[in-house]
Amino acid sequence: MADQRFAITISVMTLFWAFVGGVVPWFIPKGPNRGVIVTMLILTAVCCYLFWLIAILAQLNPLFGPSLHNDTIWYLQHHWP
Amino acid sequence: MGSLLRGEEMCLAQLFLQSGSAYDCISELGELGLVEFRDLNPNVNAFQRKHVSEIKKCEEMERILGYLLREIKKANISVPERDMNPVAPSPKSILTIMEQLQRLEVELGEVTRNKEKLQKNLLELTEYTHMLRITRNFVQRSAEVFNLYEEFPFLEKDTRMDYSSMQRLGAKLGFISGLIQRAKIEAFERMLWRVCKGYTILSYAEVEEYLEDPDTGEPTKSVVFLISYWGDQIGQKVKKICDCYHCHLYPYPSSNNERNDVVEGLRTRIQDLYTVLHRTEDYLRQVLIRASESVYTWMVQVKKMKAIYYILNLCSFDVTNKCLIAEVWCPVNDIPELRRALEDGSRKSGATVPSFVNRIPTTDTPPTLIRTNKFTSGFQNIVDAYGVCSYREINPAPFTLITFPFLFAVMFGDLGHGVLMTLFAALMVLHENNRKLKNTRNEIWNTFFEGRYIILMMGLFSIYTGLIYNDCFSKSLNIFGSGWSVKAMFDANVWNDVTANTYLTLDPNTSRVFHGPYPLGIDPIWNLASNRLTFLNSFKMKMSVILGIIHMTFGVILSSYNHIYFRKKYNLYLVFLPQLLFLMCLFGYLVFMIVYKWLVFSVTDSSFAPSILIHFINMFLMQRDTGLQVFLVVIAVLSVPVLLLGKPVYLNWFKNGSRRHVGMYRVRIRNQQLVSPSSFLPLTYFFNFADELLHQAIHTIEFCLGCISNTASYLRLWALSLAHAQLSEVLWAMVMRVGLRMDTRLGVLFLVPVFGVFAVLTVSILLIMEGLSAFLHALRLHWVEFQNKFYGGTGVKFCPFAFSLLPSSLEHDGLL
Repeated sequence: MADQRFAITISVMTLFWAFVGGVVPWFIPKGPNRGVIVTMLILTAVCCYLFWLIAILAQLNPLFGPSLHNDTIWYLQHHWP
Repeated sequence: MGSLLRGEEMCLAQLFLQSGSAYDCISELGELGLVEFRDLNPNVNAFQRKHVSEIKKCEEMERILGYLLREIKKANISVPERDMNPVAPSPKSILTIMEQLQRLEVELGEVTRNKEKLQKNLLELTEYTHMLRITRNFVQRSAEVFNLYEEFPFLEKDTRMDYSSMQRLGAKLGFISGLIQRAKIEAFERMLWRVCKGYTILSYAEVEEYLEDPDTGEPTKSVVFLISYWGDQIGQKVKKICDCYHCHLYPYPSSNNERNDVVEGLRTRIQDLYTVLHRTEDYLRQVLIRASESVYTWMVQVKKMKAIYYILNLCSFDVTNKCLIAEVWCPVNDIPELRRALEDGSRKSGATVPSFVNRIPTTDTPPTLIRTNKFTSGFQNIVDAYGVCSYREINPAPFTLITFPFLFAVMFGDLGHGVLMTLFAALMVLHENNRKLKNTRNEIWNTFFEGRYIILMMGLFSIYTGLIYNDCFSKSLNIFGSGWSVKAMFDANVWNDVTANTYLTLDPNTSRVFHGPYPLGIDPIWNLASNRLTFLNSFKMKMSVILGIIHMTFGVILSSYNHIYFRKKYNLYLVFLPQLLFLMCLFGYLVFMIVYKWLVFSVTDSSFAPSILIHFINMFLMQRDTGLQVFLVVIAVLSVPVLLLGKPVYLNWFKNGSRRHVGMYRVRIRNQQLVSPSSFLPLTYFFNFADELLHQAIHTIEFCLGCISNTASYLRLWALSLAHAQLSEVLWAMVMRVGLRMDTRLGVLFLVPVFGVFAVLTVSILLIMEGLSAFLHALRLHWVEFQNKFYGGTGVKFCPFAFSLLPSSLEHDGLL
């Protein structure tokens, strides 16, 4: 269940940014700004994907858990699934 | 991408302008803004140049225009600011304009002087009227006093003190009357008393209304005084004192009838004066309105004319061909347009022989031209602030378009603040054609307005990083459901007694407590945890190092493009490759270790999860005997001497050992482009081994030490984002939560000012201060850490001769 969620997440994000950085550049119309726009798209895709990837990899195998206050624990126990 | 990646290819061209059509051709070029003129007479003094007299005439006209504008502004007439663009006038029409301006100046001067005279006159008459009116009251008043005196019994019958009656006494009674400023009246009185020792009587009264002081134009209060004195000598002394105190003296009427006559006469004269004054003011206004219609056109024309004469001064006169020669830097792609402009100019001036352009080879480095649009110009400006690109080297700006807002956003990352920033920038962008916004004189607003696209990009990226950091005004969003389950801790019976400790830690080892990482960013449970910073610090530090090393590697790779373009293939093997190996073997391995630790070590083996830092240091000290690490360190260490010595040794060998190749090299050069990147050695380059070795040694030390220090420098990404998050949290806890915790009806009212304070502090501290701070640090990361891997930045910016780019001195004075 958790693995499935993880697999879906990874594939969705990878496909999305791959689309932005790899497929959309082919559809930019020819003009004086084509080069700039393609560069921007590729750089955006790389930067954003990398940033998200770092965030998710850092949480993949946590070495310690969050330390919560009593009241918070009580609230989470009853209100979070 | 052409121009934005490298800059335009430029060439040096010679323009041959026929004397008759030179003015018009340059006017055409000024309208188009294509070329930059070089000074062909650098040794000539500014006052000895050919067209000095015309420039003097232009400056005279500018002076008159300035005077006109000041008068127009004083009269509160608005100058119609049409968007028209009149062309520079031909030399013949200059005389007409000059004439008109001079006539206007003379007329304006006359009318203004007349008006001033009339006003002065009016003031005098008004003062005289006041004086007469007020002294009448004196006389009536003082007459009552005199009734007490027995010596002058006849005065009882005649209650007005009379010149003639006094004369009968034999005493020469004199009167002096006038006005003096209120501030001086006490001193005046005292002086009179001291000097005249009681032979004078001074009566005075204040004038109720404010009269305009003719010298300063300010409304001042005056006092009417009446001095009666006995004796001629006293009279002279009194007159001298009055002169000293700048009093306005008016003749005192000797009898009542005279007084009435004078008053009548004054009244009519004042009426007449008012009429004349009004007529004069109307006329003046009409003159100014008429002038204001064409003053803007004239200003533009004079400015253009002056610019053209400056350029004509830069050209040299060729006696043999009887034409003007100008040397210009021109982009190669614009040469056809340049030809067309010269043809147009020749046609307009009706010359029989057309002017033409000729490209000439040169070894000078041309100026750098990078064409930008309204979006890229902001980013190009911040790159140019560090240094303009050298001719035809890689321009960091197209990459800065994205990496700069991205690095800013890593340091700023807050969803709410990002939205606010985006809205602000979007407002500016949507109203960018509003003239009022564009032309304000407020420097700070202009700075923000010029950077509106930068702020827009920064805001958009901040929204994304805010989502990933899961931070919105210091609160987290729980969109997908947290990956941590508290219930499971209770189910597994690990937590039995919750009240035993105030803080309890979730254990990912227990089953079903942690079921997978949060799909988009940081898990929202961390916002509720007390050990939040322990986790976030580790995450953000590693993130900063990874981003930094990737950014720097990108910079090194860009340098390879420069080496290939400038045909220094040896640089690829002797500089680029060692640099890349050094960086990747050491710091690339560091990145690998970080990712490996994330992937491989989980909580089950958390007790012996290695510390990356210790590992890295041990690798340097060769204390590990893992084959891979030793291998990497050896490669990195070996690449240092290659970097240090490779290039100087190779160049030395090339110069010494391959003299026989020089001949072939010369032939090859002829077939290359006319403007050569300054890299061909044998002809012009004097190779100095010691120089080159020193240069390369500095470069090596800079690079190697820089790798470590720059990597550490990227940790500011962590530091600033931590500061931002903490400030945000403090603001929430200390301000907003205080207001939200009051749950009485009063709390609702109290919340309004609390929110006001929260909003003001958010905008001023978090948006403006933190925004500027993150902007500065992102800029520094680009300028130093990224650009020192490949950027030269020693170029000169191309400044074309264009009328639209010329500043007007009158605009500087704030007159337009």
